[in-house]
Amino acid sequence: MKALKTLGYVLALPVLLILLWWVSTLGAVNFFVPTPASLVGKFGQVWFGPRFLSDVLPSVGRLLVGVVAAIVIGVVGGVLIGSVRWLRALLEPVLEFFRAIPPPVLVPVLILLMGITDTMKIAVIISGCVWPVLLNTIEGVRAVDGVLSDSAHTYGIDGWARVRYLVLPSASPQILAGVRQSLSLGLILMVISEMFASSSGLGFTIVQFQRSFAIPEMWSGIVVLGLLGVSMSFIFQWAERNILRWYNGQKEVENAA
Amino acid sequence: MQPDPTPEAMLSVRGLKKVYQTDGGDIEAVRNLTFDLRAGELVCLVGPSGSGKTTLLKCISGLMAPTEGEVLLDGKRVSGPPKKMAVVFQEYGRSLFPWMRVRDNVELPLKNQGVPKAERDKLVDEALEAVGLAHVPRSYPWQLSGGMQQRVAIARAIAYQPEVLLMDEPFAAVDAQTRADLEDLIRTIWKKFGVTVLFVTHDIDESVYLGERVIILSSSPTVVQEDIVIDLPVDRDQLETRSLPRFTELRHHVYEQIQLAKKGHRPAAAGSPADSTAGSAAG
Repeated sequence: MKALKTLGYVLALPVLLILLWWVSTLGAVNFFVPTPASLVGKFGQVWFGPRFLSDVLPSVGRLLVGVVAAIVIGVVGGVLIGSVRWLRALLEPVLEFFRAIPPPVLVPVLILLMGITDTMKIAVIISGCVWPVLLNTIEGVRAVDGVLSDSAHTYGIDGWARVRYLVLPSASPQILAGVRQSLSLGLILMVISEMFASSSGLGFTIVQFQRSFAIPEMWSGIVVLGLLGVSMSFIFQWAERNILRWYNGQKEVENAA
Repeated sequence: MQPDPTPEAMLSVRGLKKVYQTDGGDIEAVRNLTFDLRAGELVCLVGPSGSGKTTLLKCISGLMAPTEGEVLLDGKRVSGPPKKMAVVFQEYGRSLFPWMRVRDNVELPLKNQGVPKAERDKLVDEALEAVGLAHVPRSYPWQLSGGMQQRVAIARAIAYQPEVLLMDEPFAAVDAQTRADLEDLIRTIWKKFGVTVLFVTHDIDESVYLGERVIILSSSPTVVQEDIVIDLPVDRDQLETRSLPRFTELRHHVYEQIQLAKKGHRPAAAGSPADSTAGSAAG
């Protein structure tokens, strides 16, 4: 019963929006706005075929590799910079500079340096996704409670054990907040990295459809991106709920008091 | 020169001095502290607020380096947190890992030391049993009341099998009834495990009720104001012990000394002759 209710809340608005779209395109002749029926038809035709292997999977693969690499670099770098005072003083102004550079302008540069390769596309994704994770991790590491830190220290929990048992769990709420931002950035950068001089991928395909006036096909590609974003968000929320169970529980207790 | 530590001293504080360097000038938190704890003693350290109790404890536990003097644990100089020492802090809510269940919190220091699993389990069970928490190993600390959280912190400390247990105003943040229970718990644990306890408090009644000895600190910059033996029976009871005439006498005495300390009175032997007036303005 509860599951049905949840499902109802999840689906109510999408169903309403599709109905609205269906009604407003009844008898419409605008070439650029397809009807729901034609879009669904094209969707299956376009994406459940060889394109799934040649465009969707490579894009998703690059996205995953890029985001995971950005998370690893961000967390490892963040723990280091957050723990070592002189490193932080040295790097912080530079980090602000690099963070301010919009990653899309790096695409031409990276093409020159790396060619039109998967590595280049992954590098574009990393160059944008690493910042929220890195900066949030630094903040999280710096915010480790002093008493908790003293407690760990008196019990000889130092070095790697300190990182594993104290620093990482303590910073996990901030780290995950950074990861959440990275995921949506990653999707955007995945598309952008494929729009310049590319020959496959979701971003490339959508631009191709648009240029060849295959309008319903173009829209169906946008729907694929939306669905991809939604599934990433659901997976993330599930992971976050499990990792931060203690944090949410503690907050609930504090708010009730 | 400091007198030599008594040979059987487990914990020995020798001429300890701590000066904080701040932008507004140096602050002398502790001037010159010397005292010993014999193995298996339960000693309370009481002093007016701001008398550098926490600073002293941080120096003893190796979390902070003293400016002068030294701390000896079992004859060895303390230069970092020693393995034979456990500390229970006042802020129970901030000294346990909120992402670990009660049992994992108690077990972690042992795991980190590489104690084998079977022995670890035995020590953890024993410690949780001793503090009366054998029924909540699967709970998270924040699901427990303040008094119970402090019990978990105590269990973690005794499972670690320290030779010296330091307690920094551990019951200052719990309600009066819980506090009485926890005081009795400390006496029980002290007798059961034979550990040397240094219990820091600002509560005069608590210091007399708990201690075998009470060390009274002067106001800042801190020296030992008086070191008195509490000659109450070993078995103590919240009602009976506290209504003994001797308890009242001792309590009066400690209270008077604290009042004197607050007024800036210092024992004749304190510090060097040159600074006998300098300290009286602080506090």
